[in-house]
Formats: sequence, structure tokens, C-alpha cells
Amino acid sequence: MMTIQELNEIKERTLKTMELRLQKKDTGKHVLICGGPGCHSSNAGEIKEVFEEKIREKGLDDVKVTLAGCFGLCETGPNVEIYPEGIFYSRIKVEDIDKIVDSHLCKGEIVEELLYEGSIEDGNIKPVSEVDFYKKQVKIALRNCGIIDYENIDEYIALDGYQALAKVVLEMTPQEVIELMKEANLRGRGGAGFPAGRKWETAFKYPADQKYVICNADEGDPGAFMDRSILEGDPHSVLEAMAICGYAIGADQGFIYIRAEYPVAVHRLEVAIRQAREKGLLGKNIFGTDFNFDIELRLGAGAFVCGEGTALMESIEGKRGMPRPKIHRTAHRGLWGKPTIINNVETFANVPAIILKGADWFKSIGTEDSPGTKVFALGGKIKNTGLVEIPMGITLREIIFDIGGGIPNGKEFKAVQTGGPSGGCIPKEHLDTPVDFASLGKLGSIMGSGGMIVLDEDDCMVDIARFFLDFTVDESCGKCVPCREGTKRMLEILERIVNGEGTPEDLDRLESLAETITEGSLCGLGQTAANPVISTMKYFRDEYEAHVYEKRCPAGSCQALLEFFITEDCIGCTKCARNCPVSCIEGKVKERHVIDTGKCIKCGTCMEVCPVGAVIKR
Amino acid sequence: MEFVFDWEANEENIRELKIFIKENKGKKGALMAVLHKAQDLFGYLPIEVQRMISEELRIPLSEIYGVATFYSQFSLIPKGKYKIGICLGTACYVKGAQEILEKLKEVLGIDVGQTTPDKKFSIDATRCLGACGLAPVMMINDDVYGRLTVDDIEEIINKYK
Repeated sequence: MMTIQELNEIKERTLKTMELRLQKKDTGKHVLICGGPGCHSSNAGEIKEVFEEKIREKGLDDVKVTLAGCFGLCETGPNVEIYPEGIFYSRIKVEDIDKIVDSHLCKGEIVEELLYEGSIEDGNIKPVSEVDFYKKQVKIALRNCGIIDYENIDEYIALDGYQALAKVVLEMTPQEVIELMKEANLRGRGGAGFPAGRKWETAFKYPADQKYVICNADEGDPGAFMDRSILEGDPHSVLEAMAICGYAIGADQGFIYIRAEYPVAVHRLEVAIRQAREKGLLGKNIFGTDFNFDIELRLGAGAFVCGEGTALMESIEGKRGMPRPKIHRTAHRGLWGKPTIINNVETFANVPAIILKGADWFKSIGTEDSPGTKVFALGGKIKNTGLVEIPMGITLREIIFDIGGGIPNGKEFKAVQTGGPSGGCIPKEHLDTPVDFASLGKLGSIMGSGGMIVLDEDDCMVDIARFFLDFTVDESCGKCVPCREGTKRMLEILERIVNGEGTPEDLDRLESLAETITEGSLCGLGQTAANPVISTMKYFRDEYEAHVYEKRCPAGSCQALLEFFITEDCIGCTKCARNCPVSCIEGKVKERHVIDTGKCIKCGTCMEVCPVGAVIKR
Repeated sequence: MEFVFDWEANEENIRELKIFIKENKGKKGALMAVLHKAQDLFGYLPIEVQRMISEELRIPLSEIYGVATFYSQFSLIPKGKYKIGICLGTACYVKGAQEILEKLKEVLGIDVGQTTPDKKFSIDATRCLGACGLAPVMMINDDVYGRLTVDDIEEIINKYK
């Protein structure tokens, strides 16, 4: 069993070993390597080993190496930071390590050519905290990600870990915890934004012999990986918050439902749960009180619909993950018919900070309606792909252009897709919209879990709608007719349109289907399935009309509607004609060639083989 | 293509699965964990194994078949020795994952969800793998390949041939 004194001892002791990283000491060096989803996949583990090996060879006893959670800037990974200076190296390959060890670690000379390009301004080298990508960010949910060693519970404890749990079980009543959470108005970060405190209160007030806490880690929205990063970079924050929730509502058992696509997160959670149990921070008589709480992992198996609360519970119960009709609130009758609280990973990660710093602090960040921060995963056509945590209320423009660095390759911004398959596309005239739950909803999109995919001029909005419908059709569980049949019909219409076979009536049909599916579906998946279509039809109707009336794709993306054309740049090398599989290109040597568009199958081979780039799509 | 389940070669795996079932029988909602275990052991969920699970857990085979076919990670046919998962999440899609997939199908001569006759390769179109910073991404077993172009594919596949 752990006492508060022991917890504080671990904290003091471990803090001393972390002083370099926290920039409280300046003798010695500390190498932090990003072990986030992107960097982990590009060999961060090997980079760490090589660093350690070289450091041993050089006999540098005062240099420490740590593999930490996600730094956020996935675009430039694998990333390495060196403290106490906070120097940010990016795109590090194993071959680069020698140089860093020789110059930076041995002689204190920074290796400029390996620095992250954004950290040099007017010839001066900026520390990582001053880089544009990080400057506007405020970290609550990601507070420990990229700082602590995710597999070392002591480092979590050093940065006030499990202090919130101690405070709650030793000093507060469940009612006080719930009041504090209600006061802070933490809204669910999984999509819908329901206030966590109110949810907890409902479960608290409902008497039952058994209650459950579930962490929804079934992060299925394509393009969203914030939950994965939190689970992998700071797993204990979620465990601690679940225990706090358990105390508040009177539950002694928690489940983390995590998708099987995240094996790394599963492994790190298993390690974290084992450590917490060993320290007595999970299990019986936590901090010597009569409060018991334990957590079990449950794996999904690749069904998007299981992110829906009731489907998730069906899946934990060992059944097909089909949503239940909402006759009862899950806070009254959830898992195995018992009162159950489901919150998502990011929501939970905020809880310990709120308990320790108070509701007023939390409300001082963000907007009145949506206090706090939100983590977004920036992806698609954007320079700085990665993970950002921003205070609610800053504009889309600030996120995409100031933090995200704008669109690469000189292309024009077209839209940003938020909220995954349940969300919508927001065009450039609304870039100055502040990001909060209500504003995004008004634009026909949703905050969702925080995926933000940036689209540029080359992306066809009809095709994007088709892409999401394809996803929904595949993932619809098939229980209710509007979703099962309706989304299928919508997809067929969209496929007709992108293939140039759409009719004007198809547009009306799409609109009417969208309305029916939204109104008539059983669960959130169906009710929001039409959003990608509704929002693209609202803001980009001209693109739909161009496909239908002119059989033309303005973005030049829909293969069936394109024409290949040989420009005057042609040098007459005959390469295209020789490679064309249907022999539809004619022309004499050293003369401009011509494509017979009637015979062309639009395979694109001519474009690929042309040595001078004379073949274009139009 | 028919794949025949080889009882003899799987004797050890069957025994291990039976032990796992015994250990987890009492747990609420054990079926998912058992199916995960079986998929790990056999690489897929042969109907013979489902029948055995049904008897051991006292759950109707129809229900087990329902669960096994509902979740996309469970497979009723054997997967290849090298399981290729190509991410079709949004970030990968807008960065050209579809073209990568087409190339992959062309190189291996199989469609999504199929296995090559020599059981070496299988292709799955996966949901977002959460490595959007590396888009487009594919995985071959546990190896991640990121920032792919169509031209990389043949070379990567050749490494495994």
C-alpha cells in the first residue's frame, strides 16, 4: 500500500533526476527521443540504442537518454531534443548520431545542419519552446507527453502524478469531486461534448450494487491519433483519472476498451497497469482508505461503430458491437445493466489537472462555453503534420497557418475536414471561425475527436464525400434500415457522380436521403453519416454541378472525368506512343503527338513515361 | 480457394487454446478475448475451432460465427505469412493511398482481403493506423513503411519474397 508520504518521497527523489529536462540544472546533458506513433514507426527505438552505445563508448557519464512520448511534430520525425538547452533536432537518421554525440554532447557545439528548420531565425537558434509550432500551444491533456519516460511510473509521480487521486480519496467526498467537475465544465472530448461532471452526477445518484467506469480508447476516426499519443506517452494520467471517476460515482471496476490496431498503446497500458498495481495505486484500499479500484483492458477487433457508447458495451460483453436503443441512460443502465460512465481518453487526461489546479484555473483557459484545451491531429495537405493542443477559441486559421505552417508546395487551401466521418468540410471563407463546440456545429461540422485533415486545390470535394460514405457503408453495423440501406444508396449516387454518370435528379436525391438518414438512424454513426455530403453540398455545390452538368472535375482528381492531353512541349520522342496499352497515341518522330480521347482508357502511362512532362490531365 | 484445417499440425495450438478458455471461462464477456487468442494461434478462425469454442464456452455456434464475422480483424480464411495492411485513413487517402493499393494489387495479383495461393502475402485495407504524420503508410507484419510512393512498392515486396 502506498501512503501520501511515500508518494511525496518518490516525487522528490525522481524530480532530482529530471532537473536537466525541466531546465533547472545546467551541468550535464539529457537526450530526449520522441517515441510517439510516427517516430516510433520510423525507428526511434534503434536511435535510442545507438545513442546509448555511442555515449558509453565516449564515456560520457553525465549524459542521460530517455525515450519519451509524442513531441507532436510528426512531420519532421524522428525527433530528438537535447536539454538543458532545449535544442531540437529533426529527421534524425542512425548515421547522424555520431555527429551529434561528437559535436554537441562532447564539445557543446550545436550541429546546425541537423536542426529543425523552424528553430533558426535570423541566424539565431531558438529553443524548442520558442518554435512557431509550439508557441501558441497550451498543454493540459498532453502535459507529460514528450517529457516523461512513459514506462516509468516514478517520472509520472514526479510531475504530480497520483496527487490528484490522493487528494480526492483522502480529502474530498464524492459529491465534492462531482461539484468541482461540474464547476470546471469539462466537456467530453470524444465528439459530442457532453459535460463530464453532469454525467458523473447522474451515475452517482443512481443506487446500485455495482457500477463501472469505461475509458473509450476505440479511436476510430481516420486521421485522429491524439488518444493513441496520450495512451502511449502518458498512460498513467488516464488510469489516475479513471480511479478518480470511480471514487466519485462509487465504482470499483474500470475497463479500457482499446482498438486492436494500436498494439503499442496496448503494451504500454499493460505495463502501466502492472506498475500502478505494484505500487498499490490500483487495487484494494488505495492510500489506506476503503476505496478499491482496478482496471482491465478489453480489446476491440476492428469495428468503428464500437466507438459508440452502447455498441462498445455490447462488445465488452462479448457480443457483436451493435448500438442499443437509448431507452435508458448508460449512467443508469450500461455495462451488464449497471450504471456506467464512459469518457474518452482525452477527457480523462484532463481530470487530474483539474482536480489539482481547480475549476477557476481550467475555466481561465478557452472560452466560456468550451473551457480548456483541445488536442487536434493535423494531417493531409499541411506542412507541419502532427499533434497540437490549443486553447479553445483560437481560429482555424491560426491552427492551420500559424501552427501548421500552411499548405506545402505552393498550393491553395481549399477546405479543412474536421470530425472524421461524422464531421464536415469547412471552406476558406470560414477560416476565422473560433474553434469551440458550438461554432463548428453551426458550420455543419463537429469538433469530433479532433482529426483535422487539410485539403488543397487538388482534392475533389465530391470524391472526399464519396470516400467518407464508403467508410460509413463499410462500418454501418446493419441494425437499422436508414443507416444500412440509406448510406449504401448515397454511396451509389456519389460513385455515379464521380464516374461522370450523375444526373441532376441525383443531387436532389442525395439531399433527401441525407435528411432521412440523419432523422431516422438509431445511433450517432447513422445520425451523422450524411454530414460529409451535406457540408460539401452546402459549400462546394459548384463542384457537384460541374461533375453532373459538365462532366468535369474542377480539381482534376476524378479519373473518369479527365482527359489526357499532349501539349506543345512534346519533343516527339515516341515514348508515349510505344508505351500506350491501347495504342491510341499517334505522331511522327520529332513531331508533336496526339491522343485519341475516344480510345484512351486514362491509365496515365503516357504521363508517367514522358521525359519532358508534356502530357497533362485536364 | 479452400483452405483445409490441419488438426494434427495444430495439436499444440488447440491444447493452448483449451487452457486459455479454461482460465477465462468465468470472466464476463470472455468470448472476444478467446477469439483474439484463437486468431493469434491459428492466424484465422477456422470453423472447426469456432465449433470447439462453442462447446467449451457453451455459446451457440451461430452467435460465435456472428461475432467472428462482425469484426474486421477476425478472419475466416488464413492470412499470408506477410500480412500487408495498407492504411486507408483520410490523411493517407488524400496523400495517394489508393494508388499505392492499386499498385500493390497489381504486383501481388490479389485483391483486398485475399491471400496469395502460396500463402505468403495477404492484403488488408486497414482503418487509420494513427501514424498520419507518415502518410501514406502501410504495414507488413510489424514493420511500418511511411511516406510511400508508387515506385517504392515493388522493391519493398521483393524484400519479403
